[in-house]
Amino acid sequence: MWDYLKLAIYGLIAVMAAIAASYARDIAYQIHAILVVLIAAGLFVFSLRRVGEEKVIETGYMDGPVRVGVALTAFWGAVGFLVGTFIAFQLAFPSLNFGWAEGYLNFGRLRPLHTSAVIFAFGGTALITSSFYVVQRTSGARLWGGNLAWFVFWGYQIVILLAATGYLLGATQSKEYAEPEWYTDLWLTIVWVAYLLVFMGTLMKRKEPHIYVANWFYLSFIITIAMLHVVNNLAMPVSIFGSKSVQLFAGVQDAMTQWWYGHNAVGFFLTAGFLGMMYYFVPKQAERPVFSYKLSIIHFWALIFLYIWAGPHHLHYTALPDWASTLGMVFSVVLWMPSWGGMINGLMTLSGAWDKLRTDPVIRMMVVSIGFYGMSTFEGPMMSIRAVNSLSHYTDWTIGHVHSGALGWNGMITFGMLYFLVPKLWNRAGLYSLKLVSWHFWLATIGIVLYAASMWVTGIMEGLMWREVDAQGFLVNSFADTVAAKFPMYVVRGMGGVLFLTGALIMCYNLWMTVKRSPAAESAHDAQTAPAE
Amino acid sequence: MMDTYGIMRAFADSWFLIAMFAFFVGAALFAFRPGSNKVHKDIANIPFRHEDKPAGDRD
Repeated sequence: MWDYLKLAIYGLIAVMAAIAASYARDIAYQIHAILVVLIAAGLFVFSLRRVGEEKVIETGYMDGPVRVGVALTAFWGAVGFLVGTFIAFQLAFPSLNFGWAEGYLNFGRLRPLHTSAVIFAFGGTALITSSFYVVQRTSGARLWGGNLAWFVFWGYQIVILLAATGYLLGATQSKEYAEPEWYTDLWLTIVWVAYLLVFMGTLMKRKEPHIYVANWFYLSFIITIAMLHVVNNLAMPVSIFGSKSVQLFAGVQDAMTQWWYGHNAVGFFLTAGFLGMMYYFVPKQAERPVFSYKLSIIHFWALIFLYIWAGPHHLHYTALPDWASTLGMVFSVVLWMPSWGGMINGLMTLSGAWDKLRTDPVIRMMVVSIGFYGMSTFEGPMMSIRAVNSLSHYTDWTIGHVHSGALGWNGMITFGMLYFLVPKLWNRAGLYSLKLVSWHFWLATIGIVLYAASMWVTGIMEGLMWREVDAQGFLVNSFADTVAAKFPMYVVRGMGGVLFLTGALIMCYNLWMTVKRSPAAESAHDAQTAPAE
Repeated sequence: MMDTYGIMRAFADSWFLIAMFAFFVGAALFAFRPGSNKVHKDIANIPFRHEDKPAGDRD
């Protein structure tokens, strides 16, 4: 029965999308409708060929989506870093905004492609993948909902596809980190509710009496992102056959909603979700339990209660009331405490096992990642102070801050997770080459240092140039003066990107060879899984 | 409209603020309740169980 219902649904979607494609009012919408036709038709054929197949009751952990997810995380990482490196050089050498590709591959179109590719494609896939792995292991239960997990996984990839193609074709609602238009937003909402169901369902049938702290972080990430996404994307489509929509909020309310969303996307997507990774993979790789479970509980609740207020620090010296921006600033500074509590908890998990830093490049990666978490959660509160912000805002210092967090913390912890998971998932005795991991580690670390250092220099420089006035009170520098002065730092930043990208490509090769070449681990039955102690 | 805003704003600034703060302090204090050490030690070791198959699965 379900088989036929599924066929009917796929068929209906394909036909409706075909109609929408023919009525389409703009090119982005038309191409998206055609993509939907192709996907739905493909699924129709795929399901048709499997009608009436015996259903086997599956046991064990559901690792199919995790395996595909690991591969796609590495892939999206490489794509996102490549686009990022390219647009970094576009800023240094404007002639890379090719005339023939104007309107498609210029900086304005590629920049959201880069941010979404690294945050939502690379980071999001890493989060969904690792959460599926972690929730099963820490609950002692198979994923709830059967193929719903596959729906979540591929549904999210469709969001990425629609978002990425949409940016190149000009479908954007111009909200930073929330650029996709209304139909992509609606689809993501459906996928996200299914994600919540799978995750909650698995937690509910867990065999462990307690919910491990990593799952608290993952769950807060899923719930908060749902809330942020729905509120920030309240919009009315101009036409049901077009990609354009109009925001329901206007003016300062719209700005505040956007940065309430934007900062909590950092807080709950890039921090809480990745902390979930940290609280599972660091203890696993160090082979010892987390330093203090009590501290992890306080870390969690403090983070939840504080992060949600920090958004207004993006809107200092705007139409936002002073009390609101002061509130955002104060909470940002207070947030420093739980962040460092979490950093200490992650680092001290290695106490008694620090020697592993010499022998295990994967744990080295994780430790550096936690170090960058600490560094960027110190830098962030400092930049949120109004006086500092008056210098740093709109400069490249902000870009440097974001990248020390994103490349250092999110990137490195994700690389660590990939290096941990690939041998486990393909039942390999170990990684293909630890030497290549070391290469990746150093290339990535030096790349981040080049990136962050050049952006500090250029950011503070341009901030000071913008505010420089002569004896009569006139501004000394034009905007173009600052752009010219930034050129050397832009080149250094681009080089940092090249190093980071090279490291990621080495990782892709290493992981591929691990699956292809590494000797198999002795069978799962013999493998010791005794609790550490 | 303005009145609704005023009422909700007053409530948010007083009672709800106290409630949230109390919840946070309560959650932090609860972590230090007597006997929590043993429980937390057990929970902290969850990642080292059930690595290969769900609890209770025969192979």
